Amino acid sequence: MAGSLPTDFTNQIVYTEEVAEFSPEVIEEMKSHLKKYPSDRKRSALIPLLFIIQRERGYIDPPGVNFLAKFLDLTVTDVWETATFYSMFHFRPIGKYHIQICKTLSCKIMGEPNITEHICKRLGIKPGETTPDGKFTISMVECLGSCGTAPMMQINFDYYENLTPEKVDEILDSLQ
Amino acid sequence: MEIRAIGCEPLQLKRMHIKDSHTLKVYLETGGYQALKKALDMSQEQIIEEVKKSALRGRGGAGFPTGIKWGFVPRSSPKPKYIVCNADESEPGTFKDRYLLERDPHAVIEGMLIAAYALGARTGYIYFRGEYKYLIDIMEKALEEARTANYLGQNILGSDFSCEIYTHTGAGAYICGEETALLSSLEGYRGHPRMKPPFPAIEGLYGCPTVVNNVETLTAVPQIIEMGGDAWRSIGTEKSGGTKLWSVSGHVKRPGVYELPMGYKDMEKFIMEDCGGMLRADKKLKAVIPGGSSVYIMNADQIIGKGVTMDYEGLVAAGSAVGSGGFIVMDETVDIMESTKNLTEFYKHESCGWCTPCREGTDWLVKIFNRIAEGRGRPEDAQLLLDICDNIEGKSFCPLGDAAAWPIQSAIKRFPEDFKKWLFRNINVDEVTANVEVESILR
Repeated sequence: MAGSLPTDFTNQIVYTEEVAEFSPEVIEEMKSHLKKYPSDRKRSALIPLLFIIQRERGYIDPPGVNFLAKFLDLTVTDVWETATFYSMFHFRPIGKYHIQICKTLSCKIMGEPNITEHICKRLGIKPGETTPDGKFTISMVECLGSCGTAPMMQINFDYYENLTPEKVDEILDSLQ
Repeated sequence: MEIRAIGCEPLQLKRMHIKDSHTLKVYLETGGYQALKKALDMSQEQIIEEVKKSALRGRGGAGFPTGIKWGFVPRSSPKPKYIVCNADESEPGTFKDRYLLERDPHAVIEGMLIAAYALGARTGYIYFRGEYKYLIDIMEKALEEARTANYLGQNILGSDFSCEIYTHTGAGAYICGEETALLSSLEGYRGHPRMKPPFPAIEGLYGCPTVVNNVETLTAVPQIIEMGGDAWRSIGTEKSGGTKLWSVSGHVKRPGVYELPMGYKDMEKFIMEDCGGMLRADKKLKAVIPGGSSVYIMNADQIIGKGVTMDYEGLVAAGSAVGSGGFIVMDETVDIMESTKNLTEFYKHESCGWCTPCREGTDWLVKIFNRIAEGRGRPEDAQLLLDICDNIEGKSFCPLGDAAAWPIQSAIKRFPEDFKKWLFRNINVDEVTANVEVESILR
C-alpha cells in the first residue's frame, strides 16, 4: 500500500548527523518553490523539494533529509513521514533509466505482459531489479493515465506509448 | 488515438487539433479569456447562479453539483479562500485531463480565475500527479504568459480583482485525488483523507475555505459563463448538463477521448460505431467499465439492445455510473476474475493505510485472489470475497474502500461463469450443483 514502508527501508536508513550541501543555483530553485505558499506554511513545499533532493542525490538519503528538515524548520521525522508515503520517492540508488511499466487493467489487456517479458529478457533482470552496470531499473507501476495508448511505460519522466517489442528495442537502443 | 466530439459541437475539445493550442496567442484567437472579461462585469452571486443553472456536476468522479459546492463557501469569512484544481488524474482508464492540460492549459487557468473571482479567492493551486511532470512544465509556461498579459496577478484586466495561481506536484498516490487527501498532501503531509464535516468549503487548505474542482469541471466554467448556464445545460439533459469527456481504452478500434453531450444514445452505438467497433472483429464484446475502475462493471447483456443513455441517470439505471468517464472495453478474451484481481491489486497498492477496513480488507482480497489465480480456489471463496467487500463498503474512512468493493461485487454477480471456472476446478461437482452453489451465494 502507499502507506507502508518500502521493504528495504529500515535496512537503508542509517542515523547520521551529516547534512547535504547544494549549489547556490539549487538553493535558489528550492527558494522559488517556497514563494508559492504562505510564509508560515513552508511544509507545503516538502514534496516539490523532495523531488529536487532525489534529482540531485540520486535518491532520498539521510543527509538530504537532514538538509530539508533544517531548510523547512521541520523535524527529520516529519520529512521521512511524508517521503515514505509516496511511491515516486525511493530510498536507495536506482538505475540511470527508471523503466516504469504500467500494469493496470487497460495496459494489461492490451499486451503489457508481453512488453514486460520482452524488457526483462532483454535486460536480464526482473521487475524491482537494477542491471549490474547501474543503467536500468524496472518497476511495475499502477495506471499512468495513458490507457488510450496502451501498453505504455514511463522512463524517468518521459512517456512511451503504443508499445510493441520492436518499439521497445528502439527506445532502449536510443538510451545511452 | 482519436480526440473528437460526437453528437455536439466540440466545447472541451475545440482547441485540441489547433497547432500551438497551448499558447496564449492561439487561446486568444479562439475566443479565450472572453468569459473572464464577462465574469468580471458580473457579481459573484450571478456567476454562482449561472453555474447552478448549468447543472454542471463534478467531472472527477463523484458528480457533485459544482454550483452548490461553490455556494457552500462562506464568502464573508475573514479567512483567505483558495481554489484548487485537481489534476491528480489517477483513476484507471481515465486520461482526458491529460489532454486538456497539454493542449488547453489556458482554459484551466481561465476557469480557475472565474471560480476564484466568484468565491473571493486570491490564490489558486493546480495539484498535478507527480508523473505528469511534462504537463507542469507546459502549465508553468502558460501561467507565465498569462501573468505577462495581466490575466493573472494584481488588478487583473484593470479590475480590482487580483489572483495568483501556482502549480504543485504530487508524488505518486491515487488517494490524493480524493479532495481532503489532496489538501493534506498540498500541505506537505502524507495523503490521508480528513474527516468531513467540516467540508473543504468551510475548512480546507490551511483551515481556510477551499473549493477543489477537477480539471474538466473548471474548463467547462468559461463555456458556461460565455453562453449562459441555461444554454450550456440544454446541450445535455435537464439533470446532467452540458457535455462529458469519455476516455475510451481497451478492445476497440479507435480508443481516445470523446466528447459527448450528456444524454447521448446509446452506449452500444458508441462502442460499435463511434469507437470503430471491436478491435478484433471476430471477438465479441464481453464487458465494459464505463466510469473508471471504481464503478460497477457491466456485461454485454446490459448494453447490447438496451439503448443505454450516457449520462448520470442513464448509467445508474443501466447498473453502473458515469464516474470519471474512464470507459474500458473488454472483449471475450478477458477473464473477469483476472481483470477484477488486477483492479483489486490496484486498490491494495493505493489504500493509504489510514483506516482499518480498507487497509486490511484490500490486503485480504488480494491474498484470496492470488490463491484463486494459483489454482487453489474454493467454492466458498465467492462468498468470502463478498463478505470482505461488505466489511469495507460504507465502513471505510473515505470512498476508496467503496471503490475497491464495487468492482468485485458487480463482477461476481454479473460474470458468475468466470468465477465458477476458477472456484470449482478442484472439486468434483457436476454443473447443476455448481450452479446451485453460486446462485445461492449470489442471493
